[in-house]
Amino acid sequence: MFKKILIANRGEIACRVIKTARKMGIQTVAIYSDADKQALHVQMADEAIHIGPPPANQSYIVIDKVMDAIKQSGAEAVHPGYGFLSENAKFAEALDAAGVAFIGPPKGAIESMGDKITSKKIAQQAGVSTVPGYMGLIEDADEAVKISHEIGYPVMIKASAGGGGKGMRIAWNDEEAREGFQSSKNEAANSFGDDRIFIEKFVTQPRHIEIQVLCDKHGNGVYLHERECSIQRRNQKVVEEAPSPFLDEATRKAMGEQSLALAHAVGYASAGTVEFIVDGDKNFYFLEMNTRLQVEHPVTELITGVDLVEQMIRVAAGEKLSIQQSDLKINGWAIENRLYAEDPYRNFLPSIGRLTRYRPPMEVASGPMLEAGTWHGDAPTGETGVRNDTGVYEGGEISMYYDPMIAKLCTWGPDRGTAIEAMRVALDSFEVEGIGHNLPFVAAVMDHPKFVSGDMTTAFIAEEYPDGFEGVSLSDDDLRRVAASCAAMHRVAEIRRTRVSGRMDNHERKVGSDWVVTAQGQRFDVTIAADHDGSTVTFADGTKVRVDSTWVPGQTLAHINADGTNLVLKVGKISGGFRIRTRGADLKVHVRTPRQAELAEKMPEKLPPDTSKMLLCPMPGLIVKVDVEVGDEVQEGQALCTVEAMKMENILRAERKGIVSKINAGAGDSLAVDDVIMEFE
Amino acid sequence: MKDILTELENRRETARLGGGQKRIDAQHGRGKLTARERIDLLLDEDSFEEFDMFVTHRCTDFGMEKQKPAGDGVVTGWGTINGRQVYVFSQDFTVLGGSVSATHAMKICKIMDMAMQNGAPVIGINDSGGARIQEGVDSLAGYGEVFQRNIEASGVVPQISVIMGPCAGGAVYSPAMTDFIFMVKDSSYMFVTGPDVVKTVTNEVVTAEELGGASTHTRKSSVADAAFENDVEALAEVRRLVDFLPLNNQSKPPVRPFFDDPARIEASLDTLIPENPNQPYDMKELILKLADEADFYEIQEEFAKNIITGFIRLEGQTVGVVANQPMVLAGVLDIDSARKAARFVRFCDCFEIPLLTLVDVPGFLPGTTQEYNGVIKHGAKLLFAYGEATVPKVTVITRKAYGGAYVVMSSKHLRGDINYAWPTSEVAVMGAKGATEIIHRADLGDPEKIAAHAAEYEARFANPFVAAERGFIDEVIQPRSTRKRVARAFASLRGKKKPMPWKKHDNIPL
Repeated sequence: MFKKILIANRGEIACRVIKTARKMGIQTVAIYSDADKQALHVQMADEAIHIGPPPANQSYIVIDKVMDAIKQSGAEAVHPGYGFLSENAKFAEALDAAGVAFIGPPKGAIESMGDKITSKKIAQQAGVSTVPGYMGLIEDADEAVKISHEIGYPVMIKASAGGGGKGMRIAWNDEEAREGFQSSKNEAANSFGDDRIFIEKFVTQPRHIEIQVLCDKHGNGVYLHERECSIQRRNQKVVEEAPSPFLDEATRKAMGEQSLALAHAVGYASAGTVEFIVDGDKNFYFLEMNTRLQVEHPVTELITGVDLVEQMIRVAAGEKLSIQQSDLKINGWAIENRLYAEDPYRNFLPSIGRLTRYRPPMEVASGPMLEAGTWHGDAPTGETGVRNDTGVYEGGEISMYYDPMIAKLCTWGPDRGTAIEAMRVALDSFEVEGIGHNLPFVAAVMDHPKFVSGDMTTAFIAEEYPDGFEGVSLSDDDLRRVAASCAAMHRVAEIRRTRVSGRMDNHERKVGSDWVVTAQGQRFDVTIAADHDGSTVTFADGTKVRVDSTWVPGQTLAHINADGTNLVLKVGKISGGFRIRTRGADLKVHVRTPRQAELAEKMPEKLPPDTSKMLLCPMPGLIVKVDVEVGDEVQEGQALCTVEAMKMENILRAERKGIVSKINAGAGDSLAVDDVIMEFE
Repeated sequence: MKDILTELENRRETARLGGGQKRIDAQHGRGKLTARERIDLLLDEDSFEEFDMFVTHRCTDFGMEKQKPAGDGVVTGWGTINGRQVYVFSQDFTVLGGSVSATHAMKICKIMDMAMQNGAPVIGINDSGGARIQEGVDSLAGYGEVFQRNIEASGVVPQISVIMGPCAGGAVYSPAMTDFIFMVKDSSYMFVTGPDVVKTVTNEVVTAEELGGASTHTRKSSVADAAFENDVEALAEVRRLVDFLPLNNQSKPPVRPFFDDPARIEASLDTLIPENPNQPYDMKELILKLADEADFYEIQEEFAKNIITGFIRLEGQTVGVVANQPMVLAGVLDIDSARKAARFVRFCDCFEIPLLTLVDVPGFLPGTTQEYNGVIKHGAKLLFAYGEATVPKVTVITRKAYGGAYVVMSSKHLRGDINYAWPTSEVAVMGAKGATEIIHRADLGDPEKIAAHAAEYEARFANPFVAAERGFIDEVIQPRSTRKRVARAFASLRGKKKPMPWKKHDNIPL
C-alpha cells in the first residue's frame, strides 16, 4: 500500500479523500492556491504545497505545477477528486511517465469515454442500450417517416448543425414526422446554412439515473446499484438519492450489467459512473460514462457501506477487489442535498464572501457504513444517519475562483420517507450566515409533493419553479405549530426581561398568558399555560398545541417538539417578535399582548417602494462608470452602468425602455446590495 | 356620595377622550396613535399613574376661555418598564394640536422635577403643533421652564425624546438637550423653521419630510439617534433601550439574567482580519460575537458609519461600545465620527456605563473640507471625552492604530484601564509606506531601497509588540478568546473608583 498520496484537488472532495487516507494510515499531501492558504483541506492534510495564484488555470489544473508538487512531496500516488485534472488523459500520462500511480482509471478508458461520439459507439458495441436514432443523411420526407417509424414515436428531428432549439421538432406520428422534417430542414438551411437532419428517439418523462461501477486491474468488477439525480437546475445536479424510487429489480440488474460490460470493454479499473436517461416506461439509454469519483458518491456509500475512495486507492495499488456482486445489497435509503453559495431569491446568483456563521448539523453514524466499519469520524450513532461532506468552516471564505459549493449534506434512513424526514430536520439545523445560499430552496424541494412521491423528471425544477424561487409558505399545520412555539418562546424572553435589576419592589411587571401571534398574514389568539417541561398553547377555537422546548433567549436554533412533531427553527430577532426560518420558509412572526395587537392593527401598512422603475445594485460593489445622464431615453438592453464586484466588472442594463429621471450614484461610489443606482420616469 | 364618585368617573371619561372621537379618528387616519395609546405601549400593562388629568389652561384671550379641555394637551405621570420606574409625558395632538401652553409646560415640569428627585428616567413623547400662540409670552416662558429642567436633569437621569408628530420652532430645543431622540418614519418631523418660512427667507423649496423628516435627521443632521417604522415599533424599541440604561447617575447600569457563556470561544474571529491590510472587514461581526446573545442596540447607525456606537451586555451588564468601522472610509476619524463617538462616550460616562473600544483606525481624514470645518476642535471632543471618562475602559486593537488617532481611541495614555491588542495589530505612528517616505526621504528616487526600508519599518513597527514592550498594551490576546478576556477585564473593574480634580465643570471644545 502507498505510504503517501497527494490530492490534486481542493474543497470538500480533498477533505473527503484525506479522511479515508488517514483511516488507512496513508500520509496526505494537499496542494493549494493563494486563495486557499487557510482552506480546510490544507489544515487537514499532513503536508501542503503551494502551487500558484487563485485561478485554477494557473494552479490546480496546471499539470507541471502539480507534478512538481508530487516530486517535492515524494507522494507515490495521486487522487484527482472530481473536476480539475480528474478526467485529463495527459495528466494520467504524465503520472505514468513519472512512475506515480493515478488513483483513477487507465488513460485509455479516460480517452475513449471522454468523447461523446466514441463513447456512444463503444457502448453500442458493448451491448449497452443507447438512444435509438439514425445518424446518416436523410434524403427526403418519405425516408424521414420511414426512419421515424422504425425508431418508434415520439422522435426528435434535429438539425445536425443545430443548437438552442432551432431546427428541432418533436413528432408523435407519421404526419408530424413529415411536416417536422420539412420545417426543420428549412429552418436549418436558413439558420445555419446546413440542412442536414438526423432523427433520434425522443425520451419522454426523462429521469437521470446512473450506475456506480467499481473494477480492479485484474478483470473483476461490480456495480454498486444506482443513484437518481433527476433534480437538476440547468444540468447542475442539486438533489441525489440512492436507490432510485423508480427502478425495479429487473431494470436495475439490466442497467448494472450493461454498465459493467461497458467498463470491461474499455479496460476500466477504478470507480466510475455510467449515466443513463430513463423514460416513463423504464426504457433506459446510455448518456455518458464519468471516469472519476462523482460528487454524489456518498449516497452510494451510505446504502452499500462501501468506502469508494478506499476501494479506488486499493485498486490503484494493484489489489484485487474483495467485494463480490452478491455482497452488494441495497440497504436503506440515502439522500444528498448540495448546498451552494447561490442566492435562490436572486435567480441563484453566486454569493461569495465570508462565512460569518457555519454550523452544520451534528453528524450521526448509522446504517451500512456503520455496520461495515467504513464510517470515518467519531460521530454518535443513531437510527437515522447524517453525513456532511464539507471543505469550509466558520470564518472561512467562499471564493469567487471555484465552484460555490458549501457542503454536501446526506441523510440515511431505513426507507425513503425516513431519509427525507431526517433531511428536513438536518437542513433546518444547518446554520449558514454571511452569504446567500440555497438552503431554503432544497428545504422546499424536500417538502414538494412530487419529490416526496418520487414522481420527478429532469424537468422538475424548470416545471415547478418556472419563475425562479420565491420562498414557500408553511402549511396551516406547520404555521400553527410555529405560532404556538413563538408564543411560548416570546413569553420566556419577556419573563427574562422582567428579571432586570433596579425594579420597584412589589411593583414588578407580571407577564400575562394571553398573546396574539401574527405570521404569514394570519392572526392567532392564544393562551399559554406553562409548566416545568414546556407550555400548552390554546388557540381561540379551543384546540391546543403542546410545545416542549428548552429554548432560552439568544439561542439561534430552537429545537421544539410540538404535539409530537420535531421542529427545528432558526430564530432571529425582530422588533416585537422573531424571524423564523424553517422548512424553506422565511417569515416574520410578531407576538404581542392583546392591547399591543389592537394598536398594531391601526398602523398603516407601508408598502415596499416600487422598484420596477429603479435600477438596484445587484451585489455589493463599486461603481466603475455610469453610462447615461438624467433625461436620457434608454432602450431595453442598453448599458446603464458598470459595477465592479470582487474584481469582476458587471454591466447593468435597462430592463425596459424608459427615461432616466434621477441618478443617485457616480463612479467611485461603493454600494450595498439593493442600493438605488438610478430611477426612471 | 355616589353622585360624586360618578362625577369623578365622568370627568375622567371626558379627559381620556382628549380632543374627542373625531380627532382621535383623524389621528389614527394619519397612521399615528393617541397620547394615551402610546403610553399603553411604552409602559408595563396597568402601571401608569397619571397626574394633572384635570389641569386646564388659564388663557382668556381670543376666545380661549370657551375651550378648556381637561389635561391641556399633554398626558403626564409615571409607570414602569419591565418593573423599573420611569416618568413620562405624552403630548396629545387631538387637544388644541398638542400646543404648549403655560399649564401644559408646567405639567411637564412637574414630572421632570419628580423624576430628578426620585431618580428615574424621563421619556417625552412629542406630538405638538408648537407654542400656543394665543398665550403669547406665557407659552414661551413655559418652554423656557422645560428647557431649564432638561439642562438640570442632563447627566442626572436619562432623558429620552420620541418624536411622533410635528416638533417645530423652539419646541425642538427640549428634545435637542435630551440624551436620545427617536423618530417615526413618515409621520414625524423636526425643524427650527418650517418649509414656508424657508421659502420666504431663502427661496428654497423643500418639503417638511426633506427638511426635517426621519431620514434627514438620522442620515444628514445626526439630530436623531434612530428612526422606526411606526409608533408600535418605536415604543417597543424605546422599552428595549431603557432595559440597557441605569435609572440615574447614582445607580449602576442594570444587570439581567443571561444565557450566554462569558467564556464562549469564537474561533472564526481568528480569520476576521483579512490577509491584505487594505481589505476591509465588518467590525459589527466582532461586536455581535462579543456581545451576550448577539444583542446590540446601535445608536446613530445611519450617521458617520465609519464609527459604530451602541450598547451590548457582557455577563448581563450594559457596556457601551465604540468601534471604528473599516468597511466605511477605512474606519478613519473625521469631524462627524468624532462628534458622534464623543457624545456617546460622554453619555456612558455620565451614567457609569463601562466603555469598550474596538480600534482599527488609520488616522484622521485629511483635506481642506475637514480642516476648514474644524476637525481640530471636533477631533479634540473625542479625545477630551475619553480622557475625562472615569468609567471602566477596556480597549481592543484589532488592526491599525496609527498616529494621533491611536492615542484618541481610549489608549493607555488616556487612562484606558485594560488595553488589549490582537496579534494582527499595528500600533505605529503611521503606515510603513508613509513612514519610510519621511524617514528615508533621501532614497525616494530609488524604489528598491524604499521597498527595503518599508519592509524594515514593517517588521519593526507593524505589530503590537513594540507597544506591548512598553506596557502601552497590557496583553496581546488571541482573537478567538476576546469575549472571555474582555468580560473578565470588565469584571475586574467593577470596583473602579477614579476621582477627578474638583472643578465647576470642564471646558470641552464644543
